[in-house]
Amino acid sequence: MKPAKTLTGVTLLAAVSLALSACGGPGPAAAPTSAAPGSVSLRLTTWTADANQLALFKSIADEYKTTHPEIKDITFDSLPSADYTKTLTTQIAGGNGPDLAWVPESDAPDFVESGALAPLTDTFKATPGYNYDDLKTDFAKLWTRDGELYAYPFSTSPFVMFANDDILKNAGLPSSAELKAQGKWNWNDLSKVGAQVHEKTGKDGIIIRDFNYAQPLLLLSLWKGWGASPWSEDGKKCTFASPEMTGAFEYLHEGIFGSKAFPGPGTSPDFFAGGSALTVSQISRASLLKNAQFGWNVLPLPSGPKGDYSVIGQAAMAALQNSKNPEAAKQFLAYFTNPDNSRQLAQYFPPPRTSLLNAETLTATNPLLSKDQIQNTVIKSLENVPPKPQHTSSADLASKIKVALDPMWQENADVPGVLKSVCTAIDPILAV
Amino acid sequence: MSLIDKVSPARETTRAGERGPKRAPFLTSRRRDALTGYAFITPQLLGIVGFVLFPLALVFYYSFNEWNVLAGTFKSVGGANYEKLLADPQLPSVLAATTVFSICLVGINIPLALLLAVLLNRQGKGITVFRTIFFSPVVVSVVAWTLVWGFMLQDNGGINGILQTFGITGPNWLRTGPTAMAAVVTTYVFKNVGLNMVLFLAALQGVPSELYEAAKVDGATRWVLLRRITLPLISPTLLLTIIITIVGSLQAFAQIAVLTQGGPGLSTTVLVYYVFQQAFEFHHFGYGSTLSLLLFVIVLVLTVVQWQMRKKWVFHEN
Repeated sequence: MKPAKTLTGVTLLAAVSLALSACGGPGPAAAPTSAAPGSVSLRLTTWTADANQLALFKSIADEYKTTHPEIKDITFDSLPSADYTKTLTTQIAGGNGPDLAWVPESDAPDFVESGALAPLTDTFKATPGYNYDDLKTDFAKLWTRDGELYAYPFSTSPFVMFANDDILKNAGLPSSAELKAQGKWNWNDLSKVGAQVHEKTGKDGIIIRDFNYAQPLLLLSLWKGWGASPWSEDGKKCTFASPEMTGAFEYLHEGIFGSKAFPGPGTSPDFFAGGSALTVSQISRASLLKNAQFGWNVLPLPSGPKGDYSVIGQAAMAALQNSKNPEAAKQFLAYFTNPDNSRQLAQYFPPPRTSLLNAETLTATNPLLSKDQIQNTVIKSLENVPPKPQHTSSADLASKIKVALDPMWQENADVPGVLKSVCTAIDPILAV
Repeated sequence: MSLIDKVSPARETTRAGERGPKRAPFLTSRRRDALTGYAFITPQLLGIVGFVLFPLALVFYYSFNEWNVLAGTFKSVGGANYEKLLADPQLPSVLAATTVFSICLVGINIPLALLLAVLLNRQGKGITVFRTIFFSPVVVSVVAWTLVWGFMLQDNGGINGILQTFGITGPNWLRTGPTAMAAVVTTYVFKNVGLNMVLFLAALQGVPSELYEAAKVDGATRWVLLRRITLPLISPTLLLTIIITIVGSLQAFAQIAVLTQGGPGLSTTVLVYYVFQQAFEFHHFGYGSTLSLLLFVIVLVLTVVQWQMRKKWVFHEN
């Protein structure tokens, strides 16, 4: 039995040693920026796999390398968007985190509060020609803590309403521009439009894109029309059971199960494939209409009972604190997001820079959109609008909200009762 | 000790001119056999240590800690994760869904596999084609299989389309608790029933035909043949398939992740999916580890219970 005991001892020793080493502190110290030529490799994780976007990123990186001999290579690692945060955090947990990463807005509080991101303000301010004050304060708010910027919100994309004018015409309805001119660009009238489309053409009326009865927080683009928010401004109290939210859900429930203006659960309609008359989506999705076989328009979100409103969605780019080369990562980020490169990126992502948020710049970089659409939809939707409310433990919150809201998607749902149950489910998380 | 080992000192020789006690050679026949054995099992042993025992030890260790991946902090929380487990308001629903899923799966999979095996355990034209058809889902990618079923089960999908041609309005399969569970179980059964069918088929072909012939002479009916001859003789295989089906049911993940994401509500959130959510979606690695240990204990207990019960019903085991 002795060899068996020895083997067990060695195994346990190895396991404990490995466990202790796995739970140790961060890796090697940061390499100085005056590193030896070809000694620094940087990796940036993204959720885009768009070949044109990746080609643009690569061209910016190649240009950066010409003036920075210490950079051996810069790679852009496209992770599947559905599992992006899971994959990123698993990489970090495994000690194989990237040097830079895109961060979705829903994860902003977790990433910023945890200290996972490297502070950027000093690096950006020290970069010649960066023009740090050009960043819109409102847009940077979500990514700032104690006056320090932790991520650059490279995409600040307003939610807008895309319209398929061919479907509206087939349903015997005015075009989207005519509806707006007639003062019918509001949720109440559009519900009737959606219902008529469904009845006359069999196509779907209005889709809140990506909601799919699985991501309820995307309904903010509708809730805000009723002045509703999922939680209080300080993030401590659930407001799902408020009269505003109840009004928004009663409208939506009637639209789904009554008038059928919205497609019901268990279907997968797609506006961009010509499956519906209207869809709420971010303006950055306009690129999907490049080869559209139907007449389309893009307009601001319809007004709600509380009047006109806007909603923006953000994505930011950050350098990770535990990168092997945090200084090099921050410096590359400063270059990647300088005014010239931000202008290039604006063709895909509305920038957070005041100097670039004008019709001239955005029209030049977005050939799919007319100057009128840029001015009256994109730029108008970006005026005086704070980022969406976000909270730490976003995935846990989103899951509990989804689970509690599921009974809402039945024909005979008790709308106020379901909303109260949402608060019961999330209050313990908000109270922390 | 073998005879060779006993006599080996007497067979030792010394070099010419050397004096002193005769030493036994290190590589005795017994040691050589033992080393050969160890050499054969070493790769498997390394795999078990590296990929089973070591992770298991880590999971146990993590269950007493909380690991904030983003902050890079790792701190001991004592038994807090176990207290959370006992007080988790969602856990009873998760365990109920897990139980329903496992019972339905085993209750449908085993009889169906046995029925298919009995039907296909005969010689005849085209029988191999049928066997291949029923086995083929086993080798199909589980995600591809589930995605296709997902389209079929949509409210306006293929299944409701077929029902509509008969004037039946089908339910919204994946949006109500009972139908969502039925859909997930059915998808899983059709994917895996072929494997158990093949195991039963092999067992059936090992049953001596003269036993059937003798029983038929005595006037046994088909039901008696099945109950008195077939089932007892294939009971070791039956035990094996029940164990692997129960363990498999507790590991079912892809079907749920793709089809329902645990919904609606928690109706299809089985324990392994809940572990995944806690650890990889909510970043509660400590609590996820505690739930993993609960799953481990459940699998262990069920397997041990079945192993002990085999003496009562498995042929040659009493």
